[in-house]
Amino acid sequence: MDGWHLKSIAELSAGLARGDFSSVELTRHFLDRIRRHDGRLNAVITVCDKEALLQAGAADERIQKGEAGPLTGIPLLHKDIFCTQGVKTSCGSFMLDNFVSPYDATVVSRLADAGMVMLGKANMDEFAMGSSNETSHYGPVKNPWDLNRVPGGSSGGSAAAVAARLAPAATGTDTGGSIRQPAAFCGITGLKPTYGRVSRWGMIAFASSLDQAGPMARSAEDCAWLLGAMAGFDVKDSTSVDRPVEDYVGQLEGAIRGLKIGVVKEFFDSGLDSAVGDAMSQAMTELEKLGVELVEVSLPHSKYSVPAYYVVAPAECSSNLARFDGVRFGHRCQDPRDLEDLYKRSRAEGFGAEVKRRIMIGTYALSAGYYDAYYLKAQQVRQVIADDFRRAFEQVDLLLGPASPEVAFELGAKATDPVSMYLSDIYTIAVNLAGLPALSMPAPEVNGLPTGLQLIGNYFEEGRLLNVAHQLQRVTDWHMRMPEGF
Amino acid sequence: MTLERDDVAKIAHLARLAVAPEELDSLRRELAGILDLVEQMETLDTRHITPMAHPLDMAQRLRPDVVTEENRREAYQAVAPLVEKGLYLVPRVIE
Repeated sequence: MDGWHLKSIAELSAGLARGDFSSVELTRHFLDRIRRHDGRLNAVITVCDKEALLQAGAADERIQKGEAGPLTGIPLLHKDIFCTQGVKTSCGSFMLDNFVSPYDATVVSRLADAGMVMLGKANMDEFAMGSSNETSHYGPVKNPWDLNRVPGGSSGGSAAAVAARLAPAATGTDTGGSIRQPAAFCGITGLKPTYGRVSRWGMIAFASSLDQAGPMARSAEDCAWLLGAMAGFDVKDSTSVDRPVEDYVGQLEGAIRGLKIGVVKEFFDSGLDSAVGDAMSQAMTELEKLGVELVEVSLPHSKYSVPAYYVVAPAECSSNLARFDGVRFGHRCQDPRDLEDLYKRSRAEGFGAEVKRRIMIGTYALSAGYYDAYYLKAQQVRQVIADDFRRAFEQVDLLLGPASPEVAFELGAKATDPVSMYLSDIYTIAVNLAGLPALSMPAPEVNGLPTGLQLIGNYFEEGRLLNVAHQLQRVTDWHMRMPEGF
Repeated sequence: MTLERDDVAKIAHLARLAVAPEELDSLRRELAGILDLVEQMETLDTRHITPMAHPLDMAQRLRPDVVTEENRREAYQAVAPLVEKGLYLVPRVIE
C-alpha cells in the first residue's frame, strides 16, 4: 500500500477499476495517514472513521456492479463549513461546537452521489474569516513545509492535508482568497469557480455575494475531475446559475499555443516579495515555451479592492451571522436574565475576536446614516473593479499574477494586527468582488517554501484555466513536490 | 477615523454582542484601524457609477407558489439548546 497517497485521482480511479485495491483499503490508508501525521498539523477537526468505511464499502459494491463513476471510492476531506448530515459541522467556531447538521450541503451530497468517501472535516479559520487559519476555535493549522509557519486561510486545513497527502483532495471555499492563498502557501492547486457555478446551499454563509466553493487538490487535472462533480445548477441556491456543466477533464489537453495571457502590472508592484516575483518569472518563462504570448495589462483600480471588500464582506457577515442567536441551534449562555442577555452573551461567548470585529464593522457600515458612505460606495467601487477586468479581457484570454505577495509567514506574525492580515489577500480579493474564476497552482519554491501562480479567467472560463494549468503541470514538476516528513 | 468608546458600545449593542467595559479601548483602536483602511475608497470618484447588484447581472428566479419543504421539525429541533412540546424556549418576554 506504499505510495497510494502519491497517486493522482485518475490513477487511483484506474486502480480501483482494475481491482488493484479496494476503496476500503484506500480509505484505511488515508485514515491511517491522518492518525499518524495530523497530530503535527491539526488539519482535521473531525475524523469520520466509521462513516468513511461504510461509504467505502458501498463504493466497492458500486465498482463491482459496474455502476461506478470516475470518483467512486476516492476519499476526500470537506472543509468544516459544509453541512454534513449526522456529523459535527463547527465552521471552526465554538458557536457551532455542539452542532450536528440535520442535512447535507449540496456540494457534499453531489460528491457523495459520485461515490466519494468523506474522511472527515477540515480545520479552517472561524466562519472562514482569516488568512492564516489562526482564528479557528480548534487551534491553528501548521504548514507541513515548515511547522512554524501558517498554512494560509481560511481553507488552511484542506490545503495542509492535501499538501501532506493525508487526503487526495479536499473542498474549500473562497470569499476573498480562501482557496487560492492557502493553496499557494501549501504548494497545491486550488480553484475558485465563477460566482454561481457551485451551489452555496448548506455552505455556512459568510459574505453571500462573494462566497464560492471549489476544489483543492494536487493538480489541475484532479481539480477538473472534482469541479465537474461539484458544479451545476441548484434550485435551492437562488444565486446558482442555470447553465450546463462543461466537460472540464475533456478540455485539459486543448492546445494553448497562441493564447494571450495578461500579466497584471499592479500584482508585480513594490508590495511583492522579490523572490516570489522571481518564482513567478520562472513559471512565466515555462508558459512562453509552451507558445503562450504574455502581455502586460493594467487593472488600475485594484488598490481599492481590499478597502471595498472590508465593507462588503463584514456587512454581509453581520447580516448572515445574526442567525446565531442562542435560540435555534449553536451555543447558548448559562442562565440568561432576559432575551437580550441571551442574545448578547451567547454571541459574545460563541464568537472569537476576529468574527466579532467583522460583525461590528459590518453593523456600523449598515447602521442608520452610514449606508451610502460605506455599503453603497463599496458596491460602486466593486463595479469599477469589475469594469477593469472587462476591459482587460477585451485584450487577453486570461490574466496572471502571484496568488500572494509572500510565502507562508510565521505563526503569530500577523495575529495581533488585523489590517496587516487583511493585506495578505491583496492579489486575490478583486477576483471575488468581480465574481470571476481563478486558480492558484504551485510555482517554484523560495527557500524551501511553495509559491502560487494565480491564473484568472473570464466568467465561466474554468475549463480554460484548468487547461492552461494542466499544460504547465505536464512540463513542470512543482506540483509533484511534497514536504518532507510525511 | 475617530471612533469613541461610546460609539463602540453602541455598535456592540446593535450587533447584540456583550462587550466588557475593559474591552472597549482595544476594540475602538482595532475598529478605527479597519475603518481607516476602508476609507481609502473615498479617493475614488464614483459619482456616475451604478452600484453592482450582482456580478452576472442576474435577475431573481420565480418559482410556482407550492410547498416544497417537508416538515422536519424534530430533526431541526434536535440541535436546539432548549425546546418543549415542539416550541423553542427563551426567557420570558412579556411579564
